[in-house]
Amino acid sequence: MTSILLAQEFKSPTIEYAKVAPLLIVFGVAIVSVIAEAFLPRRFRYPTQVVLSLGSLAAALVVTVGLAGSKLLAAEGAIAIDGFTLFLWGTILVMSIISVLLLAERAVDGGVTAFAAQAAALPGTEAEREAQARRLEQTEVFPLFLFAVGGMLLFPAANDLLTMFVALEVLSLPLYLLCGLARRRRLLSQEAAMKYFLLGAFASAFFLYGMAMLYGFAGTISFSGIAAAIGAKTGVDGLLLAGTALVAVGLLFKIGAAPFHMWTPDVYQGAPTAITAFMAACTKIAAFGALLRLFYVALGAARWDWQPMIWVVAILTLGVGSVLALTQSDIKRMLAYSSIAHAGFLLIGFVGVRDHISANTSAILFYLAAYGFATIGAFAVVTLVRDASGEATHLSRWVGLGKRSPIVASVMALFLLAFAGIPLTSGFMGKWAVFSAAWQGGAWPLVVIGVVASVVAAFFYVRVIVLMFFSEPAAEGPTVAVPSVFTSVAVAVGVAATVVLGLMPEPLLQLAARAAQLVG
Amino acid sequence: MPLLFPLVVSALLFAIGVYGVLARRNAILVLMGVELMLNAVNLNLLAFDAWHRDTLHSGQILALFTITIAAAEIGLGLAIVLLLFRTRRQINLDAVRELADREDTDREDAEVRR
Repeated sequence: MTSILLAQEFKSPTIEYAKVAPLLIVFGVAIVSVIAEAFLPRRFRYPTQVVLSLGSLAAALVVTVGLAGSKLLAAEGAIAIDGFTLFLWGTILVMSIISVLLLAERAVDGGVTAFAAQAAALPGTEAEREAQARRLEQTEVFPLFLFAVGGMLLFPAANDLLTMFVALEVLSLPLYLLCGLARRRRLLSQEAAMKYFLLGAFASAFFLYGMAMLYGFAGTISFSGIAAAIGAKTGVDGLLLAGTALVAVGLLFKIGAAPFHMWTPDVYQGAPTAITAFMAACTKIAAFGALLRLFYVALGAARWDWQPMIWVVAILTLGVGSVLALTQSDIKRMLAYSSIAHAGFLLIGFVGVRDHISANTSAILFYLAAYGFATIGAFAVVTLVRDASGEATHLSRWVGLGKRSPIVASVMALFLLAFAGIPLTSGFMGKWAVFSAAWQGGAWPLVVIGVVASVVAAFFYVRVIVLMFFSEPAAEGPTVAVPSVFTSVAVAVGVAATVVLGLMPEPLLQLAARAAQLVG
Repeated sequence: MPLLFPLVVSALLFAIGVYGVLARRNAILVLMGVELMLNAVNLNLLAFDAWHRDTLHSGQILALFTITIAAAEIGLGLAIVLLLFRTRRQINLDAVRELADREDTDREDAEVRR
């Protein structure tokens, strides 16, 4: 055995550096910003980190656009660079640029960022008061953020189980930490980090067990190898079924689908709102990308085995998301349940596939982009409505906001209408695309359930709008902070995207249709 | 050795880990449950690697990655648990429940207690 190996000439693997450049840029700059954090004097850190983050994400976006049309397996088949990957990379990078703007916002909270002055200083102690008095800032959030973005870029591009697992962990681990770093309400923030970490580790252990099963079934970890094994191997179907189910648990956890959604409201409520916005948009995009690639490319031939399972999950998710959102009294929790409901709509598009995978894929790509812009915008508005204790997230505090601050309330109303799927907003076009793809795929019962769920969901979005515009404001209501250019740009981009994608969806729909090609 | 032996052992280990996560209320013991689950996976991977006589040894490599990432994960987890302990002087997960679906009156009660 050894002699045979020695006799072969050692061939070093080829890595297409130009094709994976967006990943390399983001990870490279993340490492540079860790070093900058260690060596720069405190007063230079914030500007340096903001410039590094924005610069690297913008550079990665430019390179991604330049890669348009590529279609190959890079790095010895570990990473698939195709239209699907590039579309998701573009979307994730645009959303992360907007999220960096929210992370860097200093104007709404008296000249400091929304992150803990010093994470090690305990809440309510002398050390914390001193850190706050010295106006310290935790600028480690920027390198952590970049690592998370890098993981999210790798996740939908991963073309074997090993790469997918590494990407899953690289995107999750920084997020666990970021959730616990809020400046205000630190106990809630720490609790969110704890819950997210424990449940996330639990779910990724299931994912890993499923991976081991799939490896045991196919004898290889590459997606194409698994796809080939599904047709060829008989007698070990148990491994395939168990592996598919367990891998699905890990991925459905990440997208927040019921019954694996329990963490979503708690974490979204407790985490710093800028991080919630980032998680709600980018994690969902990356995880859906990975779900589609794994299930269409590797497990596509076993579709009849996993489709019933996803049907059940989609129906549960729609039900849980729309019904429980009705009972919420906190705006961040309500938006969390709304994001669960949106995961349900996306799953309808995902599962309603018969022959034309590309139709479903393009519908989901469009929906993800439309949903991401509106979500980041909505959470950005949440950061602006404040009182003495920080953000006023309880819905009773939003009563009469339309009278006090008509612009902010109207912007929020626009995002809520987009979530509800009212025509002329991006949400309507997204739902239309997903439902029509699923209908053509023959999943009409799911489409009917989806339409009913969106009617129920519309009720709680409209309830907030009624609260804001048609009730008298309370005497000592919250104030609307005047943001710096950072948050203003983030909200403006969200509004523009929501309106433009609602009125003129054609360009993006066509781009998504062209992008809906999976290599593998 | 038949493939079934390591698979059964690994499934048992995994089940013990799941039980630990679900039944234990001490955060450290929950973390240990997660570790057990990950190690069950490693055993599985190695068993399959040997069974397939995989010349690329994907299973072994995957196991190495799992060990590394599990170490990173547990380091991070302990940091979060430590933060929680320093803030609250206890790591009973049942006591950490300020974020939950509840009625408004319950929430006010919780705020009064805090």
